Amino acid sequence: MSQEHVPAVPVSFEGVRRRPDGQGPRRRFWKSLDELADTPAFLEFLHREFPEQASTFEDAKGRREFLTLMGASLALAGLTACTKQPEERILPYVRQPEGLVPGRPLFFASAYGPDGYARGILVESHEGRPTKVEGNPDHPTSLGATDVWGQAHVLELYDPDRSKTVLFDGQDRTWGDFRAALRDALAQQKGKQGAGLRILTGRLTSPTLIAQLQGLLSALPRAKWVSWEPVSRDNARAGAALAFGEPLEAHYHLDQADVVLSLEADFVSGHPASLRLLREFGARRQPSAERPQMNRLYVVEGAPSSTGASADHCLPLRSSAIEGFARALAAAVGVGAEGGASHASVAPLVADLKRAGARALVIVGESQPPAVHALAHAINEALGAVGTTVTYTAPAEALAPGGESAAFAELVAEMTAGRVELLAILGSNPAYAAPADLKFAEALDKVPLRVHHGLYLDETGERCHWHLPASHALESWGDLRAVDGTVSLVQPLIAPLHNTLGENELLAAFAESPEQKGYEILRAYWQAQPGEGDFDKRWNRWLHDGVVAGSALPPKAVKVGTGAWTRAPKAGAPAALELVFRPDPSVLDGRYANLGWLQELPKPLSKLTWENAAFMSPRTAERLGGIRTEAAGTGHYTDVVELRLNGRSVKAPAWILPGHADDAVSVHLGYGRRRSGQVGTGVGFDAFALRTSAAPWTAGGLELSKTGERVMVACTQDHWTIDNPEGEQAQERHIVRAVTLADLVKDPEAVRKLGAAPAVGLSMFPEYKYDGHAWGLSIDMSACVGCNACVIACQSENNIPVVGKEQVGRGREMHWIRVDRYYEGPPEAPQVYHQPLPCMHCEQAPCEVVCPVAATVHSDEGLNDMVYNRCVGTRYCSNNCPYKVRRFNFLLYQDWTTESFKMLRNPEVSVRSRGVMEKCTYCVQRIVRARIDARNEERPLRDGEIVTACGQACPTRAIVFGDLNDKQSRVAALHRSERRYALLEELQTRPRTTYLAAVRNPNPEWRSGQ
Amino acid sequence: MAQLFPKVANQIAKASIVLLGLLAGLVATGVMVLFPRSSMVTRQREAREQPVPFYHLHHAAGMGIDCRYCHTSVDKSATAGIPPTKTCMNCHSQIFNQSPTLEPVRASWRTNTSIPWVKVHDLPDFVYFNHSAHVNKGVGCTTCHGPVDKMAYMWQEKSLLMEWCLDCHRQPEQYLRPKSEVYSLSYRPPANQLALGRRLAAEYKVQTRTSCSTCHR
Repeated sequence: MSQEHVPAVPVSFEGVRRRPDGQGPRRRFWKSLDELADTPAFLEFLHREFPEQASTFEDAKGRREFLTLMGASLALAGLTACTKQPEERILPYVRQPEGLVPGRPLFFASAYGPDGYARGILVESHEGRPTKVEGNPDHPTSLGATDVWGQAHVLELYDPDRSKTVLFDGQDRTWGDFRAALRDALAQQKGKQGAGLRILTGRLTSPTLIAQLQGLLSALPRAKWVSWEPVSRDNARAGAALAFGEPLEAHYHLDQADVVLSLEADFVSGHPASLRLLREFGARRQPSAERPQMNRLYVVEGAPSSTGASADHCLPLRSSAIEGFARALAAAVGVGAEGGASHASVAPLVADLKRAGARALVIVGESQPPAVHALAHAINEALGAVGTTVTYTAPAEALAPGGESAAFAELVAEMTAGRVELLAILGSNPAYAAPADLKFAEALDKVPLRVHHGLYLDETGERCHWHLPASHALESWGDLRAVDGTVSLVQPLIAPLHNTLGENELLAAFAESPEQKGYEILRAYWQAQPGEGDFDKRWNRWLHDGVVAGSALPPKAVKVGTGAWTRAPKAGAPAALELVFRPDPSVLDGRYANLGWLQELPKPLSKLTWENAAFMSPRTAERLGGIRTEAAGTGHYTDVVELRLNGRSVKAPAWILPGHADDAVSVHLGYGRRRSGQVGTGVGFDAFALRTSAAPWTAGGLELSKTGERVMVACTQDHWTIDNPEGEQAQERHIVRAVTLADLVKDPEAVRKLGAAPAVGLSMFPEYKYDGHAWGLSIDMSACVGCNACVIACQSENNIPVVGKEQVGRGREMHWIRVDRYYEGPPEAPQVYHQPLPCMHCEQAPCEVVCPVAATVHSDEGLNDMVYNRCVGTRYCSNNCPYKVRRFNFLLYQDWTTESFKMLRNPEVSVRSRGVMEKCTYCVQRIVRARIDARNEERPLRDGEIVTACGQACPTRAIVFGDLNDKQSRVAALHRSERRYALLEELQTRPRTTYLAAVRNPNPEWRSGQ
Repeated sequence: MAQLFPKVANQIAKASIVLLGLLAGLVATGVMVLFPRSSMVTRQREAREQPVPFYHLHHAAGMGIDCRYCHTSVDKSATAGIPPTKTCMNCHSQIFNQSPTLEPVRASWRTNTSIPWVKVHDLPDFVYFNHSAHVNKGVGCTTCHGPVDKMAYMWQEKSLLMEWCLDCHRQPEQYLRPKSEVYSLSYRPPANQLALGRRLAAEYKVQTRTSCSTCHR
């Protein structure tokens, strides 16, 4: 990798290769800057599906050794056919649980809260083993969908790195030892009314835990409980307090909104109500001939997010400049706000918002200061939107007055001053995630008795005297509130795998009833609550439904007041370079760092895996000394930069992200874990090291310099790229088809006219006939927001292995469905399109005809079957697949030895070994199960009875599966849609997976310039 | 000294090399074809010792207990279900409740640990067979499992090779019986089996599929 050959990265369309007619760049849609510039390394990726070196031996085995090994394995492989199967045992139940039918999964309603707020789930259980998480359709913030963390919930349960025993100073102890020690410590505290006792938790919405803590505090009135999250919602709470005088929760109703403006609000990823908001958003993004309407989304943001990528207009603006933008907007809407910065986009935006009136909505992200939140509340009120697109309730979580960050800072000050004698930390990892200026670790060392309760022995656990292993949410009883207040009971699916206690059981040990079981605690709490009718009946109904009916918080009627927030803030000189912090879209604040599924999930926009990076715009990269990234066969190579802020510094790989605001660098939190597990320890760099309590989201005065080092990062954006050939005869391939709503209204055939109509009847192969079902899939690129839920749902359902960073770098990731992210337009502010790409299940499949052992064949229902036990690994099929959807087990990626992972796997799907090709099966195990059930009951299969794992997880309902032979089915209707198109139709493959073209609804009056 | 061998012996010797080679090839091919199908590999008709001497002969034939008394999920699920110890104890807490032979059953009941039955019909892990799909469409228990009522220790009656599966999946009329006779141990196919089978296949809407994903996934 010599430096001279590194090509210049295009910072704009200037210098990019043109189309033959000279009109615009050669590629209208592009996946990476390398592709836009047609760099040699990119072309290498393009022309070799498995890039450089991928098919040869990597280790230093010599030719002789290779031949020896091959000879021996050939001889031995021949013999395996002659062996008997090893004897297996059947271990039936002693007493079979009621309602359990061996071989049939059961589903139990529960909930999980990655940020403390509940998402309702249904957990699939095979003979007592939870294997898969689905959304609970009856839950108001899930509506049947899940996010990536919901899917990874089961992996966390079975994580072999979870802590398993009680430890005191690293030595094994029993729970009895801990209870005795705690009794003594509490006895001392009792005399002082708990003056030296502090309890630190994450964000708590659980009514039972809150009641337990309040009970404890009333017994020890001078003790304190602090709830704190590294990714806090303080700004939103403070903003509501400024506007309304109380810290309310705003609930948005995107189904009612025609025009939405998001000021850094990322409701696609990480918002507590994401799943509901995306369902409502997605429903308004699917125009058809009968209903040619859609909403319009504007996003103004300092760091590219999935929400910005889904917008009709995304305006990259430095985070610190957004307040000025919001003030100008507020003034134009008629809210008395000062200090607005003039911007060309304000006028058309305000006109559009005003036109929509009550059906307009402004949402502000957590990264913006409280005043911007207050301004948005005022704008929404002025537009008349309150009551239609936004309503208010009290917050669902227990709130610290003045905000959780302030309460946490006060706790650290008390610890430093030596006023804390007993500190219990429950499910929180401040030694890693606390603001750097608080010096939490040093303060922690001053506490005489420190207790940590958590799933992992992490950075905090190793600094505490006692480390107590926590039960996973799938092993313990509990309750959680959704962001709208709806309570869900959390029920265990399996007895604790290790010697662990749930949070409520641990808190019971602090109170008078040390040995109480989680179930008793939870039930006793709810039994004491007022309610009508028989409690057992209600309890069972709550457990069955997954929600406590009527527990949502009542809406509040509020008026925006006035205050200092309307006046212009003290204007400081804008920083030359600012640093922006964001929670990671996969591992959040680092709590999920040890989950391989999430680490290997390509990030929605950068497509990086196993990594965080310092993101910047192409122009900023050029300005900061010409930062270069370069694609190569073994990964992408990029410059390491040093980020310096207020005397603290970290080294990070730089990554150029189109659409990033200039003169700003953004980093994702949650990486650089010093103590996580086999997977998460030492991956990426620790952005918390630069984060201070004064500037948790945006910090000015960043200095950045190249270190001269270059590192490999595993980025998938150039993997599996479908070529657009050149030359006079070449047709434009139209992999992505995007139109505007206006085009579609003017000409319903606009999408079809984009691509050449395929010639019919050119195939030499005979036609298949389908008397029964003919399965098909439809993917709506207009509704897809690139959230990745489908990718990880597929991974969970189909036992897909994790391969690791080095192998991803070589293009060997195993995901059966990938989400290709395409840019359109100049690198400064491109439009973004997401294209989920599973197997196309072609009618004339190029893979089938080249397999020498008939391991991939056509089924009588149109599926392109993959038979693992026949596959000998020639990879001809993959070579011949124009869509590049086949995945090969180059090495033994599947973990065959870790005991707990054996319980994780879906027993309905074969676990593949080395040397076998695999790919999307349309979840054939679900098809077979539904078909057999229907035939046993002697009824036809109902439309919608079979959902693929990807479609089930999808929050926007962009993926629809069904029977194309059933003309009434949803998928058949979508295949008739005027937006439908197939990929590479001109190759005569006739895919069964087809797409609906992306439609955007731009404002013709929009101006994005200054 | 006269030549011991006639001249033609040279040709015979040369030919025999080729012939022997051919023969060896033939034998090897034969072994490769026949050996995997032999009961040495398939363990066909090999009665398998179990941790408890449970005899179908005694329970099914002697007592006349229906298959579904123990194999409860056979018509609902992929697996027929091996009965929990509770099912054994339903009777054996009353009868033979002191029998030393049944001590493993009582031990299982007392200690709440499973009886480790030996799996007799053991398909490879990449094969997903479904019992309910078969018994609900007129495939009798004994069609695949043989004369269970004559077996002391259970054995595997059929080869369970894929060619055996396909034999029925290609021509199910050879084996179908009326649904009322599915669990019968005494049912014998009538002389007009093919005609009956064809009628039943139509009546029950039998769709035997031979696509790979029917069983492999």
